Amino acid sequence: MKAFLMYPDRDFDVEQAPPPAAEALKQDLGLPIVFRAMAGGDAFLNEVASKAVLSSLDDVETIRYRQAILRDCLGNPKTVRLLYELAVEAIQREKKGFWGGLSKHPGYMLHRSVEVLEMFTEMLRKLRGIAEQSSGSFGSAGFKRFFAMLITELSDEYFAEIGEHLRRLRFRGGVLESAMPGNGLKGRNYRLRKANDDQSGWFNRLLGRGPSSFTYRLHERDEAGARALSELRDRGINLVASAMARSTDHILSFFTLMRTELAFYVGCLNLTEALTAKRQLICFPEPSALGGRELGFEGLYDAALALSMDRNVVGNKAHAEGKDIVLITGANQGGKSTFLRSLGLAQLMMQSGMVVPARQYGAAVCSGVFSHFKREEDATMTSGKFDEELERMNRIADQIRAHGMILFNEAFAATNEREGSEIARQIVHALVEQQVRVCFVTHMYDFAHGLEEEDGDKVVFLRAERSEGGERTFRMIEARPLDTSFGEDLFRKIFSTEEASAERRDRRPAA
Amino acid sequence: MVFHSILYPGEEGSGGIAEEPSFFADLNLDQIVDAITANKADYDLKPFFHAPPGTLEAIRYRHEVMRDLEKEVIFAAATRFARRMQRMREKLKWSEKLYYKQQKEWWFLDAITIYCETVTGLREDLEAGDPKSRGLQGFREWLGEYSKGVGFVGLAEQAYRIKDEIAKIAYCLHIRDSSVTVCRYEGEIDYSEAVEESFRKFAQGEGKDYRVGFPEPVGMNHVEAAVLAFVARLYPELFGGLERFCTEQAAYVDPLIRSLDREMQFYVSYLEYIRPLADNGLAFCYPRLSTINKEILSRDGFDLPLARKLMEAGQRVVCNDYELSGRERIIIVSGPNQGGKTTFARTFGQMHYLANLGLLVPGREARLLLFDQLFTHFEREEKVENLRSKFEDDLMRVHEILRRATPRSVVVMNESFSTTTVKDAVFIGREVMQRIIGRDLICVFVTFVEELARLSDTTVSMVSTIVPSDPASRTFRIVRRPADGRAYAIAIAEKYRLTYEMLKGRIRA
Repeated sequence: MKAFLMYPDRDFDVEQAPPPAAEALKQDLGLPIVFRAMAGGDAFLNEVASKAVLSSLDDVETIRYRQAILRDCLGNPKTVRLLYELAVEAIQREKKGFWGGLSKHPGYMLHRSVEVLEMFTEMLRKLRGIAEQSSGSFGSAGFKRFFAMLITELSDEYFAEIGEHLRRLRFRGGVLESAMPGNGLKGRNYRLRKANDDQSGWFNRLLGRGPSSFTYRLHERDEAGARALSELRDRGINLVASAMARSTDHILSFFTLMRTELAFYVGCLNLTEALTAKRQLICFPEPSALGGRELGFEGLYDAALALSMDRNVVGNKAHAEGKDIVLITGANQGGKSTFLRSLGLAQLMMQSGMVVPARQYGAAVCSGVFSHFKREEDATMTSGKFDEELERMNRIADQIRAHGMILFNEAFAATNEREGSEIARQIVHALVEQQVRVCFVTHMYDFAHGLEEEDGDKVVFLRAERSEGGERTFRMIEARPLDTSFGEDLFRKIFSTEEASAERRDRRPAA
Repeated sequence: MVFHSILYPGEEGSGGIAEEPSFFADLNLDQIVDAITANKADYDLKPFFHAPPGTLEAIRYRHEVMRDLEKEVIFAAATRFARRMQRMREKLKWSEKLYYKQQKEWWFLDAITIYCETVTGLREDLEAGDPKSRGLQGFREWLGEYSKGVGFVGLAEQAYRIKDEIAKIAYCLHIRDSSVTVCRYEGEIDYSEAVEESFRKFAQGEGKDYRVGFPEPVGMNHVEAAVLAFVARLYPELFGGLERFCTEQAAYVDPLIRSLDREMQFYVSYLEYIRPLADNGLAFCYPRLSTINKEILSRDGFDLPLARKLMEAGQRVVCNDYELSGRERIIIVSGPNQGGKTTFARTFGQMHYLANLGLLVPGREARLLLFDQLFTHFEREEKVENLRSKFEDDLMRVHEILRRATPRSVVVMNESFSTTTVKDAVFIGREVMQRIIGRDLICVFVTFVEELARLSDTTVSMVSTIVPSDPASRTFRIVRRPADGRAYAIAIAEKYRLTYEMLKGRIRA
């Protein structure tokens, strides 16, 4: 029995190692803010959200499979949350019955397993109840299969069969086991047995045959004998105790997987609710097959920014179909980084089957998203800044494959512009030739202009908009790079206030 | 067919000599034999290592067996034989020690089946291994006859039959409250499987194995014993047959198998001891031995216990050559201390002794004397107040050696009389040396009295050497060279740029 709510044919592995690029992505794209919104205070939801988003899918089929399930969730949020809570309850109640150090005794182990299995049976009955009630209002292939499986597998006959085992395994009539003489005639191959004929009863048979059975009774005070007898009993039930403990594990892992996979959708519900509360738009994106060059969006905004701000954030549009490079230039603090982040985030969210923060978003799936953002400080101080940048690029180069997507934010600028441009040009050319889609925010005019001259047809040029009065709109427009970077504006803005305060300082009398 | 031993040709077998020869400690032979026999206490092998057989014929007989055992397939046969015999003895021990009757009998039966496997297994192995030595061929012929004999065949048949029948028994236990009822098993179904089947739909892969391990002592507690007694009563004929069989076969081991098991270990234990060294690239060879030819020779010989120690520490083993040709009989070893002189002397003694046991010796090639006696006289650290009595004692011992030694004897002397005055040492050294020369003994004499090497044309000088550029470090190589002490002095001089040429060059006008 499998939930199969994340993949049509396999389990979601929450233990999987995040891709090597994950740390950089988290930091560069502001992912923790998104995960927090998905978690809504539940650490487990946070973990699942992070695993699901960072280990993105690259096949359109599975993305659509999840999208359909997510549509069901958005239509039946209460039922989905109820299923999730049921799984959580089953897991918590199992933990409560944990027997700790007694696992060395098959007798205790079996007793404990029987109790846990009784509880699980109760939870499974409830689960089937939900399935029966709600199967009509769910339309996705994933949920339909899930509910149908519960209804078929967990029949009344099946519950009766399990109930009979659980009753028997309390051994009210003693334990019947077989053995064979092993080395030194010590018993071996102990097996729990079920009497051949319940009607006549094996003990009746014994009584009937007289000499073919012998009985040994312990003396009342024979404590060593009692221990020996108990060990003999334990040998007989050893296998079944192990099987029962394993079965509790398996059912527990069914609930655990179900919880894990539902956690992703509960996270999506939380995020949707949070964004809707801020009156931000969301949409189901249109993924297209790996290897294509589709990319187009409208009203694309940075969800992380939207979640942490009280006012509406600016949406952007672009149509970059058939282009290898998205080159973003323009004014400092004009929203270039935010835009780059929104692009990466939307791509990741689409590739994990989620809704995306945009009015419309469509793109070819990529083999992996990578980010290379300018870092404020070299934390380790072991290498120069430019060296550190190339070192990071070196690690990315170990991992990135054809049809990957890489986001550069002011990369290779920690040296003079000519050198930086040359490096950037060489790296970008190599990546593009190897089928990697490049999104590059830069203020290196030499580099940007070079691309314009040489590869103009492969590039979509975006520029941070600047209004007539020099004010930033935080909006990207399709436009070729300009050879000034509006740093002057910023300089003036900062220095005018600084100069003003310096003047004030100067007017104070010297100490 | 009659067969006696793989250690001695003919009928004069020997169990060896319990007492350790007097020179064992000086030559570190005690360490060798201790290491060889360390895990073989049961066999009481030391007496074999204390008793060289003394004839060229016996040495040849042993070399043949040893050459056979150097073949992988025959060595494997020998170790298999030994392992099986050990297992058999272990089961017999249990049979003796255990308390409950049926258990004792079962282990005795088990020992018999192992014995039968041992005999047939060894026969097959020796037939497949095709040994060339008289010893192993003889043993193989004998074994062929024995294993086809009525006694052995009957023993095996009965033992396996009883064991098989017992193994087929199955019985049921019903445990309720404080009683257990025992009866025959009658096809009751496996309930664990039925339960597991019911839960299979939840299975996720293999799952964890929660089975608990139980202590499995050889013996039984009284509840198990009670169950066993009931089982015996459920199958009275089978267990009655077991009892009779054990009584009838109380002395089933053939004495020759027993003694060959021990003799085989003489070779096996030594081969096991030298194998790691050989694997590490050190050479071993079959020495040519003679009772009359005194042209002694060794190429790349080494001290066995030292080599093992160095190897374990990951250090290099230094090998040394020696050769006596023509009238040469005596090696005088001198040179810087800590340079391997004592090791050299020991190597010489060890190689001779091991060769006289009929064993492989260290080195690529060796020509050694089949001696009648081996003597050692090693200087030992003593307290000052005993010096005088010790000196006297030393002289007494040397006198005794010279009295007993014959022209077929080997003498190893190490820094004898070095604690006395130089004048005494030179005087006594000369006197002793004259007698050794006169007696035509083969001798190694480690001494600081270099001039002893020039006493006669029968002496050879060998010196320990140093690294010329760093005189503080030794090469541990002992080379044949006149003992002028110069190599050492020159090296030190060079190090300090004080040789004639150097010093001349440094002193400017």
